[in-house]
Amino acid sequence: MSKTPTGSTTADGTPAPVPPGEEELGAAGTQLSTAPAETAVPGSFGGNRAPGLAGGLAWTGREILGWARWFWRQLTSMRVALLLLFLLSLGAVPGSLIPQDGTDAMKVEDFKEAHRTLGPIYDKLGLFHVYSSVWFSAIYILLFISLIGCIVPRTWQFVGQLRGRPPGAPRRLTRLPAYATWRTAASPEEVREAALKVLGQRRFRTDLTGDAVAAEKGYLREAGNLVFHLALIVMLVAFAWGQLYKTEGNKLIVEGDGFANTLVQYDDFKSGNLFNDDDLVPFSFNLKQFTGTYERTGPQRGTPRVFKADVTYSVGAHGKEQKATISPNHPLQVDDARVYLVSHGYAPTVTVRDGKGDVVYRQAVPLLPVDGNVTSQGAIKVLDGYRNARGETEQLGFSAFFVPTFAGAGKGTMFSQFPALDFPVLALTGFHGDLGVDSGLPQNVYQLDTKSPKLKQFKDDKGDIVAARLLPGETMTLPNGAGSITFEKDIKEWAGFQIVQQPGTGWALAGALAAIAGLAGSLFIQRRRVWVRAVEGADGVTVVEMAGLGRSESAKLPEELGDLAALVHDKAPAQTDADPDREPDAGTSVPAEGAEKK
Amino acid sequence: MTLAAATELATATLATATNENLANLSNMLIYSAMAVYTLAFFAYIVEWLFGSRSKVARTAAALTAGPGQAKAKAKAKGPAVTVKSAGGTTVLERPEVVVRSSAGARDVPDGPGAHGGDEQGDLYGRIAVSLGVLAFLVQLGGVIARAASVQRAPWGNMYEFNITFSTVVVGVYLLLLALKKNVRWLGLFLTTTVLLDLGLAVTVLYTESAQLVPALQSYWLIIHVSTAIFCGAVFYVGAVGTLLYLFKDSYESKLAGGGKPGRFATSVLERLPASASLDKFAYRVNAAVFPLWTFTIIAGAIWAESAWGRYWGWDPKETWSFITWVAYACYLHARSTAGWKGRKAAYIALIAFGCWLFNYYGVNIFVSGKHSYSGV
Ligand code: HEM
Repeated sequence: MSKTPTGSTTADGTPAPVPPGEEELGAAGTQLSTAPAETAVPGSFGGNRAPGLAGGLAWTGREILGWARWFWRQLTSMRVALLLLFLLSLGAVPGSLIPQDGTDAMKVEDFKEAHRTLGPIYDKLGLFHVYSSVWFSAIYILLFISLIGCIVPRTWQFVGQLRGRPPGAPRRLTRLPAYATWRTAASPEEVREAALKVLGQRRFRTDLTGDAVAAEKGYLREAGNLVFHLALIVMLVAFAWGQLYKTEGNKLIVEGDGFANTLVQYDDFKSGNLFNDDDLVPFSFNLKQFTGTYERTGPQRGTPRVFKADVTYSVGAHGKEQKATISPNHPLQVDDARVYLVSHGYAPTVTVRDGKGDVVYRQAVPLLPVDGNVTSQGAIKVLDGYRNARGETEQLGFSAFFVPTFAGAGKGTMFSQFPALDFPVLALTGFHGDLGVDSGLPQNVYQLDTKSPKLKQFKDDKGDIVAARLLPGETMTLPNGAGSITFEKDIKEWAGFQIVQQPGTGWALAGALAAIAGLAGSLFIQRRRVWVRAVEGADGVTVVEMAGLGRSESAKLPEELGDLAALVHDKAPAQTDADPDREPDAGTSVPAEGAEKK
Repeated sequence: MTLAAATELATATLATATNENLANLSNMLIYSAMAVYTLAFFAYIVEWLFGSRSKVARTAAALTAGPGQAKAKAKAKGPAVTVKSAGGTTVLERPEVVVRSSAGARDVPDGPGAHGGDEQGDLYGRIAVSLGVLAFLVQLGGVIARAASVQRAPWGNMYEFNITFSTVVVGVYLLLLALKKNVRWLGLFLTTTVLLDLGLAVTVLYTESAQLVPALQSYWLIIHVSTAIFCGAVFYVGAVGTLLYLFKDSYESKLAGGGKPGRFATSVLERLPASASLDKFAYRVNAAVFPLWTFTIIAGAIWAESAWGRYWGWDPKETWSFITWVAYACYLHARSTAGWKGRKAAYIALIAFGCWLFNYYGVNIFVSGKHSYSGV
């Protein structure tokens, strides 16, 4: 497809209505870009259908081939590429407006709850996971097939152009967008020599054929364009690869505790389709300390200033222990895995004693923040080891409400006033009985199933609910010798970590950088052609003509031609004829007509 | 409640340690800049009014001249002929370059600009530009004071984004003027929208000077957001060019088809550059900044990678940046696709800029995502 019909293309390499006189540009005007031809051949070859089975088969084969080719040409045409690009951007819209499973599954549930009829329809259309839906995939896969189908022939075509010579001069140079002419005493050969030299110095590829020098420059534009489109493919493949092998899990760790990178240790875990358990990078880490500081004054009081988690980690089963600090924007990288600090909260330490005063439970219990000031909520579950006053085995549960900075008694609010541990208060109510943990149903560790009939709330003699607001060090005594619970002074903090492994990131980045470089080449470099023709005019004086052709957008072409003309002119100065007023006049172009190629 | 991601860390901005005086100074400078822009706005208006006195009908003349004549009337551009008189003989220093418009395009000369060749109009135009320079400097001072008061790059919320954005728009315009590009006609349109932008900023979007939350403390923020603002400003200039191209093009088509456009349209459009020039201007502006926009998205991805653990997660802001990017790619493609050049490509460019606008205002206001740090 390296030859486009002569005269039917503009500088852009695409067909345009040809104004009279324009045909003469000929091959010179073609292939300034390697954009695919816009002519789609009709699919059916028609042709004769020979009688009999063989004839029928041959005909069918030809037809299928013809239509396949037609389809391929359609798919790889600029028009369809444009359409697919359009669809791609359009298709990306719903995913930004409708909640997505991948980013916020809770919102999706809420949405389905709120829209009983719309929900299932959206579900069917894949609108809750647009970017992995069939139709979205279809768009970009088609686009990339189209891209490959476009890139490969264009690359060959470009290589062909690089190996060929710049196209020869059109017959009438006056037709070109930029044109200059003058008459000189130098011989045509001298002028052409001078032109070859000037253009060569300006890094044009030059070629001398007949009476004219042809030159071309700016091939990097095409190369850049090809690199850009190839880089897009690299990026897509890297992204797809990353998605297929990606893992992403969360782990909440209280200060002093640790984590080893195995599947069972995660609080929740997601992975790509091709992920294998063995792919997890073996490492472990311990959270030594979490530090959060907050703005103390001003209108934005309470907003976080510094978050950091000091950890020690070791690679492999018996690796050396190393220190590291993880903070937002500064994950810990261990091989392919990265550990991000994503959330934090408090874990008050509580001690539960039975009626005899024996400690049955002592632990820092992580509570989940419910607002920006880290008002926190959670559950304390004493699953075994406890016996009630009658000596029966029972389970205990406490629903806990914690504020790092209490408003003060009588202020009527149990919401935290500040995120730091300024005035910590723990509010508790207790339950006893069966927590339902052994029933086999999955349970939220941060919640008590207080509605369960098997769970009874602690009440005093008058039947009032037993509840207490404890300061650090204080103890709530449970009624009827059921024991006690102490809010210890040692309040810990916890940090939430996200551990991510995504291969192919380096490739995506490399692709992206190549894409930018290619794009810059493609958009900033102009491909242009210059011709210099020198012939002896009727009166024996040499007529020099120079003309330039670029893509329609190139603004610099006339200036560049002017510069080149000045350089050639230096070596073959204009003749100072008898008539000093005579100027190469654009409008009449007399010399040009005389200089037409014979 | 799930383990909340860094979103939570990023829901608000930090205060204090900010120098109140500087913040107040910044506000004062922004208000002063608005006052000067208002003066510039009126000066541009006066330029246009004076310009309307001169009744040029160059477009009509060129279009009705007939094809033969139009072709002969090639305009000379580029290096001029320098004629040096040496001892009575005339020596041409460099040959003259004759420029023809490309095949198929209308051969219409560019308009003379808002002043329409009127001297007084030109004077007011110059005054307007000078006022624009002054306002720009004052506004720039306001942005810098704001940055100093918060001791970081001034792009932590929509207010700061807006004031920086319009500063850059004006900066781009003045830069083009300084490079001797023929863009003065953009002045009135840009000044009007800059005033609107600032008005919106100081009334609706105003946010107290404050520091950033940890999730936003990254040098990628500076890179990503500064290029985003710059790209937006340049895209905006391109969009204005595109819009004017569409008007001028229909004006030319109407004339070429023998129609008679209204007096106001004639008066205004006659003074603008030819549609072909406007189209080229818009293309160059958009194309020049497209690689930078690509880079902006990639810088954002790198930041997201270090902040959120994934470089691409189809967050609404990311999605709309992508949509904007694809839309501009569409525009560039359309310009090389038969049947899509000219007006159709221009519509795509406007849609693309619409995507950019939505990404900026729409997503911040209507859609919640990880980027909703803006304090709106
Ligand atoms: C993945 C989607 C694609 C994107 C984002 C994309 C983007 C771009 C961009 C931004 C340009 C402008 C560069 C310039 O003007 O030189 C461009 C040019 C070009 N693209 Fe694509 N493209 C895509 C797919 C395709 C496909 C499928 C084809 C083949 C049909 C194609 C063929 C071309 C050609 C021929 C040019 C150069 C046009 C010229 O030289 O004027 N592109 N592309």
